[in-house]
Amino acid sequence: MAHDTTTADAHADHGHHELPTVFGFWVYLMTDCIIFGSLFAVFAVLHNQFDGGPTGKELFEISGLALETALLLISSITYGFGMIAAHKGEIKSVMMWLAVTFLLGLGFVFLEVKEFAHMIAEGAGPDRSAFLSAFFTLVSTHGLHVSCGLIWIVTLIVQLAGTTAISERMMNKLTMLSLFWHFLDIVWICVFTYVYLASMI
Amino acid sequence: MLGRLSFADIPVDVPILVGTFLGVAIVGITVLGLITYYGKWGYLWKEWFTSVDHKRLAIMYVVVGLLALVRGFADAIMMRTQLALAYAGNPGYLPPHHYDQIFSAHGTIMIFFMAMVIMTALFNLIVPLQIGARDVAFPFLNNLSFWMTTVAFALINVSLFIGEFSQCGWLAYPPLSEAQFSPGVGVDYYIMAVQISGVGTLLTGVNFFVTIVKMRAPGMTWMKLPVFCWTALCACVLIMVAFPVLTVAVALLGLDRYFGMHFFTNDGGGNQMLYLDLIWAWGHPEVYILIIPAFGVFSEVVPTFSEKPLFGYATMVYATCAIMVLSFLVWVHHFFTMGAGADVNAFFGIMTMIISIPTGVKLFNWMFTMYKGRVEFHATMYWAIGFMITFSIGGMTGVMMAIPAADFVLHNSLFLIAHFHNVIIGGVYFGYVCGLNFWAPKALGFKFNEAWGKRAFWFWFVGFYFAFMPLYVLGFDGMTRRLNHYDNPNWYPWLLVAEFGAVLILFGIVCQVTQIYVSIRDRNLPENIDVTGDPWNARSLEWSTSSPPPPYNFAIIPHIHELDAFMHDKENGIDTRHAGGPYEPIHMPKNTAAGFFVGAFSFVFGFAMIWYIWWLAAIGLVGVFATVIARSANHDVDYYIPAEEVARIENEHSRKLMAQAAE
Repeated sequence: MAHDTTTADAHADHGHHELPTVFGFWVYLMTDCIIFGSLFAVFAVLHNQFDGGPTGKELFEISGLALETALLLISSITYGFGMIAAHKGEIKSVMMWLAVTFLLGLGFVFLEVKEFAHMIAEGAGPDRSAFLSAFFTLVSTHGLHVSCGLIWIVTLIVQLAGTTAISERMMNKLTMLSLFWHFLDIVWICVFTYVYLASMI
Repeated sequence: MLGRLSFADIPVDVPILVGTFLGVAIVGITVLGLITYYGKWGYLWKEWFTSVDHKRLAIMYVVVGLLALVRGFADAIMMRTQLALAYAGNPGYLPPHHYDQIFSAHGTIMIFFMAMVIMTALFNLIVPLQIGARDVAFPFLNNLSFWMTTVAFALINVSLFIGEFSQCGWLAYPPLSEAQFSPGVGVDYYIMAVQISGVGTLLTGVNFFVTIVKMRAPGMTWMKLPVFCWTALCACVLIMVAFPVLTVAVALLGLDRYFGMHFFTNDGGGNQMLYLDLIWAWGHPEVYILIIPAFGVFSEVVPTFSEKPLFGYATMVYATCAIMVLSFLVWVHHFFTMGAGADVNAFFGIMTMIISIPTGVKLFNWMFTMYKGRVEFHATMYWAIGFMITFSIGGMTGVMMAIPAADFVLHNSLFLIAHFHNVIIGGVYFGYVCGLNFWAPKALGFKFNEAWGKRAFWFWFVGFYFAFMPLYVLGFDGMTRRLNHYDNPNWYPWLLVAEFGAVLILFGIVCQVTQIYVSIRDRNLPENIDVTGDPWNARSLEWSTSSPPPPYNFAIIPHIHELDAFMHDKENGIDTRHAGGPYEPIHMPKNTAAGFFVGAFSFVFGFAMIWYIWWLAAIGLVGVFATVIARSANHDVDYYIPAEEVARIENEHSRKLMAQAAE
C-alpha cells in the first residue's frame, strides 16, 4: 500500500482517531479499478467477435474522440486548479473551477451519448454482436462513472454555496472527488488507447 | 403499469408454498404483533435499526444469518427427502422445476446469506474490540452494509411467494441462465439479490480493511495483531479483489438478459467460458473468504481453552497470507473437464495441491497448541476438535479432485457435493458456531448453555458423517449432482442413510435454537452471567472491557506491549482498563436512518427491475441517490459522551469487578 505510512504508534493521541476517510475512498477506488480491469479483460476476449457485423475500424471516428479526450483531460486540470483554490480557502474560486469542470465533463458525456446514438441508429447497437456488447458496456460504465461525478460536483457546489470557510469534512469530500475524477481520466486513457486506437490500427 | 407482474405469478396452486406462506405469515404477524403490543417499535428503530454501533450490528447480522440457516436447511432436507423417495418410478413430491429452484436457492442462501452474514457478524463483533478501537472506520457504511445484505435476503425470500427463483444452480451458468432458456423472473431475482448484497459485502471489506490498517491501538504493530484480525484482514483483501469480478460477471449476465447483449449467449459471438472464468475468479477466493476467518476463530479458541499461547503465531500469519495469495491461482480446477488443455490443467492442479501445505501448517499449529496444554473440554472446544477431524478429511478429498485426471471421473458428481460440504460444514460452519459460542458472553453479557451446545455439536457432527459420507460413495458410483429422480438400485440405500443424517442435523439445529432460548432464559443465573468481561481467562483485548462493552468500547485506549495483550497485562499486573481515569469526553458517531432508507430504496429498485416495472425502478434509484446526497449534507453526525458519563459507566463496572473478586 503506497499510502500506508501510518504505523500504529503514529496516532499515540489517545482516543481521538483521525478518520481515514480519504484512505478508505482510495481503497474503494481500487476495487472500482478491478471492475474496469474485468471489463477490459472481457473486451480483450470478445474484441474479435463481430458476428458478421461492423468492426471497430468501420465504426470509430477519430475526430470526435479526440475532442472527447481533450475535454476530459482538460477537466482534470481545471479540477486541479479548483483544489489549489480550496487549499487557499478561496470558496468562490473553488466553485468557479468546479463549474468549469462540470461543463467540460458534461460536454464529454454529451459527445459520448451522441456517438452511441449514432452507432445505434446505424444498427450497430450493443445487441448486434459480442464485440459491440463489450464495447458499449466498457465505455458506458466509464460514462456512467463520469455522470455520477457530475452529480457529485453539483452536490458539492450547492453545499459550498453560502459557506464562509472550507471545513475539514468539505476538504475531504473535495479530495475524494479529485481522486475519483483523476481516476476516471486514467481509465479513459486506457479506453482510448486500448479500445479505440487499437481497433483502428 | 405492473410490468410482468400479475396475479398468475402468485403460486396459489403449489400446496408446499401455500403452507410455507401461511407458516411465515403466522410467525411474522405474531412477532410484529408482540413488538407492537409491548410498544417496542421506537426502541428497535432508535437503538437497533439505525444503530451504527458495530456490536449491535453484529447481533442483527447473527439474527439474519440464523434465519438464512433455517431457510437454507429447509431447502436441504426437502432435497434429501425427495431423493429418499424418488426411486424406481416414484416421482417423489417435488416436480423438477420446483426441485431446481430449491437447490439453486439452497446454495445461494447458504453462501451469501448464512455463511457470509455470520462471518460479517464475527468481524463486527470482534475486530474493533481486538485492535483496541472504538468503532470501525466508517460506522455509517457499516450500517448501510447490513441493510443492503438484509434487503437482498428479503428479496430472495419474496421469490418464494411472488414468481419463482432461479433454476440454474447457485452460480447461474449460461447459456441456461440466458433469457432464451430461462425466460422467467427466477434468474432476475438471483441477479438482483446477488448484486445488492454484493454492495454490502464490498463496503464491509473496505470498511474492515481500513479499520485494521488505520485504527489499531498504539503499540499494536503488525506482528502483535491477534490472528483473528489477521484472518479478517486477509478475508477483506480477498473481498475487495474478488467481489468486483462477481459484480461484473453477474452484471454482464443481466445485460444479456435485459438488453439482448451477447456476452454469454449461444449466438452473436458470446462466450460461455468467459462467464465460468469470471465467476470462479470470484468463486474460489470466495470459499477462502469464508474459511480464513474460521481459521482465525480456532486460533483464538484453542489457545484459550488449552491455557497456552498459540503455537507458531508467525507461521500462522504467513500461512494465512499464503492462502490468501494462492486462492487466486486455482480457479480453473472448477472446470478441468471443459477443455483448457493438459498444461493449463496441470498448473492449476499443482497450485491447488500447494494450498494444502499452509493449511496443514495451521492444523499442526492448533494441535501443538493443545499438546501439553491444560485442555478444557468446553462446548467451543468440541466444535474446534470436530473441525480438525472433519476438515482434514474434506481437505484430502479436495486434493484428490485437484488431480485433473481424477477430476474427469468426479466432476459434478456427488463426490464433489460431499467434498465441499465437508469443508464448508466441517470448516466454515463449525468455525462460526465455535466463534458464536466463544464470543456470546462478550456480545450479550451471559454465557451460552453448555449442555445444549454439546448436544448440538454431537447431532451436527454425527449427522454430518451420516449425511455426507454416503455421497462420496454415490459419487464413485456415478451419481451426478442435481438429479431429481433415479432408477439405480445401488444408490437407494445410501440416499436413505443420507436422509437419516439430514434428520440428525435437523436435531442439531433444534438443539442450537434451544440453546439460545435456554441461555436467554437463564441469563441472570450466577454461573451464566459474565460480570468480569473475561469469562474464559482469555488472551486478547476484547476480554479486557465489560460484557457487553460500553458504546465506546474502551474508556481509555489501551497501550499494547505484547502479542496476547490482555494476557500480558494480567500476568504483569497491569490494569488494561486504567480504572479510575482520568477520563476525557469521547467522540462518537450518531445513529442514522440513511442506511435503512438506502436499503429500502434498493429493495424497491431490485423488485421493480425483476418485474420490469420501470417507473418504480426509477423511483428506487432516485431514492438511493437522494438519500445519499441528503446524508452528505447532514452536519449533525456525531456527538461527545461527557467525561462524567464515562466515569460513571466505568466506576459501575469497577464496583462489579470488586464485588465479584470479594466473593
